[in-house]
Amino acid sequence: MLEIKNLQARIDEKQILKGINLSVKSGEVHAIMGPNGSGKSTLASVLAGREGYDITDGEVLLQGNDILEMSPEERAREGVFLAFQYPVEIPGVNSTYFLRSAVNQIRKHRGDEELDAMKFLKLVKTKMKELGLAEEFLKRPVNAGFSGGEKKRNEILQMTMLDPSLAVLDETDSGLDIDALRIVADGVNRLKNQNNAQIVITHYQRLLDYIVPDFVHVLYDGCIIKSGDKTLAHDLEEKGYDWLIKDS
Amino acid sequence: MSSTTVINLAEEPANAFAEIKRRGTALLPLRQDGLARFQESGFPTTNDEDWRFTSLKPFTEMPFETMFEPTIQTIGQSVINGIAFSQHDTDRLVFVDGHLSSELSQISNQSEGVIVSNLASALTTIEDKIGALSGKDQNPLIALNDAFFTDGAWIHIPANQALSKPVHLVFLYTAIKDGQASHIRNLIIAEANAKGTILESHISLGQAAASTNVVTETQLGDGSNLEHIKLQDQSSLAIHLASLHSKLGSDARYAFHSFALGAQLSRNNLRMDLAKPGIECMLNGLYMTRGRQLADHHMIVNHAAPYCNSHEYFNGILDDQSRGVFHGRILVEPEAQKTDAKQTNKNLILSDEATVNTKPQLEIYADDVKCTHGATIGELDNDAIFYLRARGLDSQTARRMLMHGFTGEIVERIQHNTIRDELNELVWGRLENEYHLN
Repeated sequence: MLEIKNLQARIDEKQILKGINLSVKSGEVHAIMGPNGSGKSTLASVLAGREGYDITDGEVLLQGNDILEMSPEERAREGVFLAFQYPVEIPGVNSTYFLRSAVNQIRKHRGDEELDAMKFLKLVKTKMKELGLAEEFLKRPVNAGFSGGEKKRNEILQMTMLDPSLAVLDETDSGLDIDALRIVADGVNRLKNQNNAQIVITHYQRLLDYIVPDFVHVLYDGCIIKSGDKTLAHDLEEKGYDWLIKDS
Repeated sequence: MSSTTVINLAEEPANAFAEIKRRGTALLPLRQDGLARFQESGFPTTNDEDWRFTSLKPFTEMPFETMFEPTIQTIGQSVINGIAFSQHDTDRLVFVDGHLSSELSQISNQSEGVIVSNLASALTTIEDKIGALSGKDQNPLIALNDAFFTDGAWIHIPANQALSKPVHLVFLYTAIKDGQASHIRNLIIAEANAKGTILESHISLGQAAASTNVVTETQLGDGSNLEHIKLQDQSSLAIHLASLHSKLGSDARYAFHSFALGAQLSRNNLRMDLAKPGIECMLNGLYMTRGRQLADHHMIVNHAAPYCNSHEYFNGILDDQSRGVFHGRILVEPEAQKTDAKQTNKNLILSDEATVNTKPQLEIYADDVKCTHGATIGELDNDAIFYLRARGLDSQTARRMLMHGFTGEIVERIQHNTIRDELNELVWGRLENEYHLN
């Protein structure tokens, strides 16, 4: 599904990613943990194609295709989805209009029939119910005036609607109370199947009680310094990162 | 230039006024007082703080021809059918160069006691009300209007009555030659618990540099609710000068929406008097300028009573060498506790040469209030563009969606559904066809 080879990136002359290697297969969930400033969000941004990063070396292959040459929209159409740590408020742009445009853009790219307003509404309302989002949500501008929890649930709603092959969740748990966390995790778990993969970036082990990873990686100073199974997350919860950092 | 009515107004206003007297026009004391005030002040200049960013030179340096007489030009019904809002079920008062056109106007049976008429035909019954709200203002353009106004709308909604359909005030300007000057006066009174929607359109028929100086006084009784939507869509040489003076009663709700799309120079002076408790007042506007246009909104919201809300939202899109000016002053007097006042001015610049002068201003003398203000000037938000692209939308679509959103923020505050939809399309069509969006 995804092959990251020796990925190096910098921003404003500062080297952030210093050679990341990661292999993610279909059906897998990978968690990336690490202290602040280790490069987790940069990795998410680079995967999604945010401007401002200088890729100095390495490659990222999604189903064999190098995505680093692609624009953000091409990546999204190829199946990359980034759930933003800080979803952007877009006043004046209606949520329904935005989401339907995005869904149809991606369906078109896949050769699927575009959804008319009725079909779209029917589908989105079912998905919203699962995520505990009120229907009036659709009438509001994208993320504008949403609470932190609503914004994160909106990310998951978009993810559900766009059905990506690779979902990257950047600190989706931050700012969520336990109920909202459970709803978000349920949404992510429902999406999981043998044809897609998920990368969950998080600070805290608690999200991983709900989204159980197959692999856990520790990112520190721009490199993955340790990989393991889900028990690694528990070790980190207990011992923090210092023991790994001293070893590295 | 041989016509007796073409004069240099700045130098010889009395000559123009002689024509008023010769005609035996009504309200002579008001007019004479206006003339005297104007002679005293002259036109405002950029030395005047309120006019610092907006020079009236394009207006004052023109030959000046007051449109004392209705035009002889025939204007067909097709002209009306082509303008915004004409396909809605409204009553319509049409004025051409400041004179009522009975042929083009169309008034249905409004509720009992509701008056929808022109001002000139009702002067004897309302003369004491004209100038009641605007009279204390030092603005020389009001003085000029007092002296020279020809006609305008007179709308009266008695207590507990509602306009059965929106009233559309259509101001057409023949704009056949430079300097044609129309002075328009509107008076709108909604008594206690009255309701209504008023549309106001200003449209040029010709391309000449004609000017409009319109003064509107709006008086809202206790518990009344008025939505007032103004569309200024004049030609690119037109000059549009407007003053709106509103006085609101307890628990009154007034929403004024200003869409300033046309004219080489447009200025909206908005003066809101909130002297009773429980008022909700919203000033909501969008200006879009290109070429060498200048759009100026200058407002003073005076909170003189407790528990009032006032919100000002103005967005501007500026292209080419055009200019936008926003001056929003909220004054909270000592007795106006629990005031909730908010003002924002956001500007989107599409060209390196466009400029904006924005001056949000709070002046607060009460201690238990919630007041916020803010202004932005810039390009589209890169984070927002990336967000949309990360959802599969190409960069052009993302930019357009954001720009549409920028106008939509303002348009969506219109309560009247179908009018809102029409303005949304009108504004967006204009941007797509005439602005540099990419």
